[in-house]
Amino acid sequence: MKTINQKGWFFVAPVVILVAFNALIPLMTVVNYSVQETFGNNLFLWQGLDWFQNLLRSDRFYGALGRQALFTSTILLIEIPLGVAIALAMPRKGIWVPVCLVLMSLPLLIPWNVVGAMWNIFTLPDIGLAGYFLNSVLGINYDMTQDPFAAWTTIIIMDVWHWTSLVVLLSYAGIISIPDPYYQAAKIDGASGWAVFWFIQLPKMKRVLTIAVLLRFMDSFNIYTEPFVLTGGGPGNATTLLSIDLVKTALGQFDLGPAAAMSLIYFAVTLLVSWIFYSYMTKDEE
Amino acid sequence: MAKISLKKLKHSYYPAPKKPEDYALKEIDLSWLDGGAYALLGPSGCGKSTLLNIISGLLVPSEGHVLFDDKDVTMLTPAERNIAQVFQFPVIYDTMTVYNNLAFPLRNRGIEEARVDTRVREIAKMLELDEMLDRRASRLTPDNKQKISMGRGLVRDDVNVIMFDEPLTVIDPLLKWKLRSKLKELHQKTKATMIYVTHDQTEALTFADQVVVMQEGEIVQIGTPIELFERPAHTFVGHFIGSPGMNVLPCEIKDGKAYFQGDQVEIEGEINPTNSTKTELGVRPEFITFGKKGVPAVVKKIVDLGKHYVIECMCADFRVNVVSVSNQQNAGDAVHLSFKPQQTRVYADGWIASKDGSK
Amino acid sequence: MVLELRQISKKVGQDTHLYPTSLRLEPGKFNILLGATNSGKTSLIKILSGLEKPTTGEVWMDGENVTGVTPQKRNIALVHQFFVNYPHLNVFENIASPLRVAGVAKSEISDRVKEAADILQLGPMLYRQPGELSGGQQQRCALARAIVKESKAIFLDEPLANLDYKLREELRDQLPELFAGRGAIVVYATSEPSEALLLGGNTALVHAGKITQFGETTAVYRNPVDAISAEVFSDPPINVTNVTKTGNWIRLNDAVKWKATGSSADLADGPYTIGIRPHFIKPEKDKKGLVEILGKVEITELSGSESVAHFQVSGNTWVSLDSGVHPYQIGEEHLFYMDPTACFYFDADGKLAATGGTDG
Repeated sequence: MKTINQKGWFFVAPVVILVAFNALIPLMTVVNYSVQETFGNNLFLWQGLDWFQNLLRSDRFYGALGRQALFTSTILLIEIPLGVAIALAMPRKGIWVPVCLVLMSLPLLIPWNVVGAMWNIFTLPDIGLAGYFLNSVLGINYDMTQDPFAAWTTIIIMDVWHWTSLVVLLSYAGIISIPDPYYQAAKIDGASGWAVFWFIQLPKMKRVLTIAVLLRFMDSFNIYTEPFVLTGGGPGNATTLLSIDLVKTALGQFDLGPAAAMSLIYFAVTLLVSWIFYSYMTKDEE
Repeated sequence: MAKISLKKLKHSYYPAPKKPEDYALKEIDLSWLDGGAYALLGPSGCGKSTLLNIISGLLVPSEGHVLFDDKDVTMLTPAERNIAQVFQFPVIYDTMTVYNNLAFPLRNRGIEEARVDTRVREIAKMLELDEMLDRRASRLTPDNKQKISMGRGLVRDDVNVIMFDEPLTVIDPLLKWKLRSKLKELHQKTKATMIYVTHDQTEALTFADQVVVMQEGEIVQIGTPIELFERPAHTFVGHFIGSPGMNVLPCEIKDGKAYFQGDQVEIEGEINPTNSTKTELGVRPEFITFGKKGVPAVVKKIVDLGKHYVIECMCADFRVNVVSVSNQQNAGDAVHLSFKPQQTRVYADGWIASKDGSK
Repeated sequence: MVLELRQISKKVGQDTHLYPTSLRLEPGKFNILLGATNSGKTSLIKILSGLEKPTTGEVWMDGENVTGVTPQKRNIALVHQFFVNYPHLNVFENIASPLRVAGVAKSEISDRVKEAADILQLGPMLYRQPGELSGGQQQRCALARAIVKESKAIFLDEPLANLDYKLREELRDQLPELFAGRGAIVVYATSEPSEALLLGGNTALVHAGKITQFGETTAVYRNPVDAISAEVFSDPPINVTNVTKTGNWIRLNDAVKWKATGSSADLADGPYTIGIRPHFIKPEKDKKGLVEILGKVEITELSGSESVAHFQVSGNTWVSLDSGVHPYQIGEEHLFYMDPTACFYFDADGKLAATGGTDG
């Protein structure tokens, strides 16, 4: 009577199928496109690595990559410390806990295109609440469609507004899992609030923060909908982030080959940065 | 170091306590001398941890005062009270080395680095941590982590008291034994006042000079381990201390004499007059021997514990344990149990009612 | 009904949790696995119960090879160190749950649950939620769940570890009776030597992924096969020190030597390690043939029923344990008396070479 639990496969099967459809098959299609040229009508010409070479020599790509890096690092630098700070300020016991948690979750529940549209209307110089207030009341010349700085400020504020909650919720989960004796021992050892944060809370939050940073990095690096709805990549190319550029290339110009090559490089960059970051964060764990 | 006094201390976790059951602590008066080793012993929920947290300042009592020497510290924070505490699970600062963990309480208080270094090395040596000072604390075994927790308390030479809240819970028995002896040794070396909270009688009795036995928020008896073992003031103490605990048997009192199952039993001394309906005999398994005369019983079970035997006997429906270094009995044997009179006491409503014959 | 491990081993990644081990367990007696944390007790239980598959080797139950058969199909019960009950079900439903899973008739369930509850004194609290029970009651509920179905094997993984000392004593007292006459194989893991002795039955000593000795509990205690087994099964820890044998004499240091007794008289000359349990070293001379050892008292522990002294002898710390109260002064030179007939002599490989008497 030698049986092996075959049922296990039923539980794994959906994931395997999902991953195959979601990742592998499209990825292979993209790899296929990236080495060919097409003019429609199912006509394909072998291009080799030309698209990759062209792309890696193009200023447009580096421009988009640079803007993407700037955007991602800016929002990470704002959202992570801000999220941690809010999580620390939240109550750990009592009736206000659920209230805070619900309030924090609200932005996360709004669909991405709606977020973009909301902020678009919100900042319109003539009728938007913020836009009108800035222009007409404070007299600041604020117009996203004209001024790259205004456009950047807006998409960053929008992203911070939308996603800081995620960091807050993850950090909060990390903080409340710290047993009381740690705080009590710190009190007894005469530790300052700063020392408590630095030597107890931060180390204990490290795992969830790693996840938070990774999630925010990947999400923001792939961000498309909100800036597209908000600024459409403008003014000019000022807010044309990688994914917007990619869509412009692929759909706007129907250059499937270059777009596919770009996707692959894009994917490789995301993977590489995530990997470096993850190995660094977990390097001294037992 | 300081003398610690608790004055009319009461505590309830309810905002407006009314009934006595609402209180986790029901009026505690106690004073502890400087430099002693004390233990708070009792089952879960007896209030011992509440009391500990009140002394350390992690909890403010509903009523009463905590005094260190003659200073009222009831409202002071743990840091202001200058105490140290070791918790059930080792609390260490994961990212720091062992050295920095030990140095932490001193550096927080702005002690100069040269002094910090001497103290840390001194304490590390005492705790046998000196080989691992440069290692990351998070990589150590639980017993070494717990030593670090202890070390952070010991490193400050001005602490008023060091408190231990069931510190050996997560330690393996053999290491537990070593750590317990280490603690005893540290107390003998440093003469710091130490308060040790536990449900484990062995830990309490071997560590402390004086043990406070608690039950349901009240102190039942305070005494040296020998006093608690030999002359429990209450049947609860008799049962709780000793392994197995004291045999408690119902008895009748007639004309100042005690009778069990109709036979007179010789006891330590005079019996205080009592109207109590519940009178009992208390005698420890260690003070019962098999003889030709005495209470008739039948041997039910013999457990060989290596260093001694526990022989379980039945006197009618009552179980009587006997502890003996050697064993000639077999299960089913009819025997006679003789109780050592100086160690046989009468309890009325749980409280001791016979007079100490040796005084 | 026999449960057998045949040359099983367990490796997880690069770590060996268990080295090739065989073990044959029979019903009727407690089978105790005694060892420190991470010694391999829990791995053994997981393999015995089918929660994990051994890397190599086979598990046989009732004459069938059950290696790889899941616990669900093995008709076993497991009680864990932590009080595992279904928090949303009351005590009755908790105890009934294995019967419901097995599809036992409703009328029968009620009877059997009540019977199990009575044995474990849970009768009055059948309709309470586990959260309202004390730790001891919660663990009794878990035990009731284990006995309510007629399991072929019951595994108890340090079931008392998280209970108060006195509660532990009480439950420990009831456990052997609880499982007696059920015809199930009972396996009980513990890290406490005294618990193994109190429960009796058979004991397997587990150390660093190996079973070093298996047999009747008191026999294992009295006749350790090697130094490791002696150390695993001693509480307080056994005193271990080096001696030299020359002719008929065993020499500890310049001042202390004794005449070889028992089988140690037949040992070849040379260095040996001796092990002697603390209760064979006493502060008073209570019989003949004892060896005098002068030691400096370092630590004392008086519990009322026992007196413990740690003392220094030529650079080694020894421990003496005596019943009753014995006052010591810290730092004093005290004469202790060791019973040489209670000594174990181990050779260079740690194997038992001889004993000082016929009985440890």
